[in-house]
Amino acid sequence: MRERPIRVLIAKPGLDGHDRGAKIMARALRDAGMEVIYTGLRQTPEQIVETGIQEDVDVIGMSILSGAHTHLFPKVMQLLKDNEAEDILVIGGGIIPDEDIPALKRAGLAAIFTPGALTETVIDFIKEQVQK
Amino acid sequence: MYDKRQVDKIKGRKRKWEEGTLKKVLDRFPERRRDFKTLSDLPVERVYTPVDTADLDHEKDLGMPGEYPYTRGIQPTMYRGRLWTMRQYAGFGTAEESNKRYKYLLEQGQTGLSVAFDLPTQIGYDSDHALAEGEVGKVGVAIDSLADMEVLFGGIPLDKVSTSMTINAPAAILLAMYIAVAEKQGVSPEKLKGTIQNDILKEYAARGTYIFPPQPSMRLITDTFAYCAAHLPNWNTISISGYHIREAGCTAVQEVAFTLADGIAYVEAAIEAGLDVDDFAPRLSFFFNSQMDLLEEVAKFRAARRLWARIMKERFGAQNPRSSKLRFHTQTAGCALTAQQPDNNVVRVTLQALAAVLGGTQSLHTNSRDEALALPSEDSVRIALRTQQVIAHESGVTNTIDPLAGSYYVESLTDKIETEAREYIEKIDVLGGAVKAIEQGFMQREIQESAYQYQRSVESKDRVVVGVNKFQLEAETLPEGLLKVDPAVGEYQKERIALLKADRDAEAVAAALKRLEETAQSDGNLLPPIIAAAKVYATIGEICDVLRGVFGEYETSVIF
Repeated sequence: MRERPIRVLIAKPGLDGHDRGAKIMARALRDAGMEVIYTGLRQTPEQIVETGIQEDVDVIGMSILSGAHTHLFPKVMQLLKDNEAEDILVIGGGIIPDEDIPALKRAGLAAIFTPGALTETVIDFIKEQVQK
Repeated sequence: MYDKRQVDKIKGRKRKWEEGTLKKVLDRFPERRRDFKTLSDLPVERVYTPVDTADLDHEKDLGMPGEYPYTRGIQPTMYRGRLWTMRQYAGFGTAEESNKRYKYLLEQGQTGLSVAFDLPTQIGYDSDHALAEGEVGKVGVAIDSLADMEVLFGGIPLDKVSTSMTINAPAAILLAMYIAVAEKQGVSPEKLKGTIQNDILKEYAARGTYIFPPQPSMRLITDTFAYCAAHLPNWNTISISGYHIREAGCTAVQEVAFTLADGIAYVEAAIEAGLDVDDFAPRLSFFFNSQMDLLEEVAKFRAARRLWARIMKERFGAQNPRSSKLRFHTQTAGCALTAQQPDNNVVRVTLQALAAVLGGTQSLHTNSRDEALALPSEDSVRIALRTQQVIAHESGVTNTIDPLAGSYYVESLTDKIETEAREYIEKIDVLGGAVKAIEQGFMQREIQESAYQYQRSVESKDRVVVGVNKFQLEAETLPEGLLKVDPAVGEYQKERIALLKADRDAEAVAAALKRLEETAQSDGNLLPPIIAAAKVYATIGEICDVLRGVFGEYETSVIF
């Protein structure tokens, strides 16, 4: 049994201002009993990794709708590696074409959730992965 | 619209129906659900009768087309005179690629341009800035300086087309570049027709591409009003936008309320800056969303028009009738598009576009079926444009003005939306106006609450979204030919900036930026020094950096 609730960082990397999904996820995870920190807009990969480590989170969830995911998601993964924080579970969401998903998974993202995904699905996925 | 005796008679008739014909059926076949609601959660009655519109005063509440309070439409002939402007929002990659797409759209019968800029441009960073990495050319075209603007509008006569630019925080800079390109084409500013979005308040509340704090941002906007009133009489100086607020998840009522509350804030700021309301108000324009609930949306557009007219006349004492006319652009709802079975989106967009037309829009963008997956392909954009053309030329709805007027339901809903929006605006007034309400996070919290409730209703299947929570396919076939932005565009833009900086008159740039800084520190109008800087090829990043230095940057508080 875990001693503390699952801690999640919801992050908006890049310049994209669409955060309806990120905020809905943040609230749904909180309602599901997790501790959630939301970074707000315009975070650099460096800021996200730093916050994730400082806040000792179990999960980082990133959302991008601008198409910059191919650049920014792998960059966050690389920085986690550089900081020996690869144990943090990283998931992504947004307008992400299917054909981009294999490369993002190879970069180390555990899952990518695209439009229409249910918050339930994400909650279940996180619980299952973190409890492992 | 009926006298009391007639209304009483109809009330009695309805009661009789409820106790007789209706009851017999309900006893055997209950309705599909207990409560029926609009998409925005407004309650919907089983049937509407003249009783529901008994208080409607034809002269006071409806009037005739082209006359106050403009409920029926802002022009006396509406689409019998001229169809709406079909204006597809487009832009991606480099200025060359976007210029090609614009020419294609114009060849296909589009009647106005609508420019999408990439995020670095919208936030005032050059393509070679560290924060621009991965974003250049992605959600729109990358513009760093006048040199890019010259390519973007190459071969497009700016005295013939009208251009709408979705640009907010640095709107004055892009307008300056547009003026400069036109001058090179031999077109004088007074001939230019178009719109800059220039609506910073909804950026803080919902869209996120802000740069400066509210006060200097409001100054940039009122400086633009003043400059355009003197030099660009046909330019829409702002497009006060509910679109993005709705996309962020609010209701129809909130969309009207927050948009008009923002409008009030701009009018007050301009009056405060010494402008006369009738000098700038005729050039204010609006931008709304068109969502899935067809009749609610029609009522929303009518309610917004009536409410704005009343605000302008009653609150601001506008004398010029044009000051009270709410002219608006509409875009179909991006958030209603589904990634699942994307062809169904063509049907969704048709319904939304129909609502906009029945609601009396002045211009329209129809979304493409593949936009929940990627930027739209050329084929998808063509279908979206054709959707408008079918409504315009085949559906017959353009033959008469405001055809849903007099519908007991639509009139009653129009009234309800106006009343509830008015109540919201009063609440915002109590908080000290839209700027204060946004600074306190009031609008943001209201929007988020609605968005969350909507998501819950979809997840609990209280609301059906076809293909998403019902009628799914086991295996989705993915559409082919999705648009991919060439990742080399970032490098290409960086090289262009390097070349530009080596080539331009560095002293002239330094002098222009110095003058801009001095003006920013004083209270002079910012447009002349911005235009001067644009003309000597100062970049957007350089101009914004000067303004950042004087004004500082906006810091948002995180609310969820």
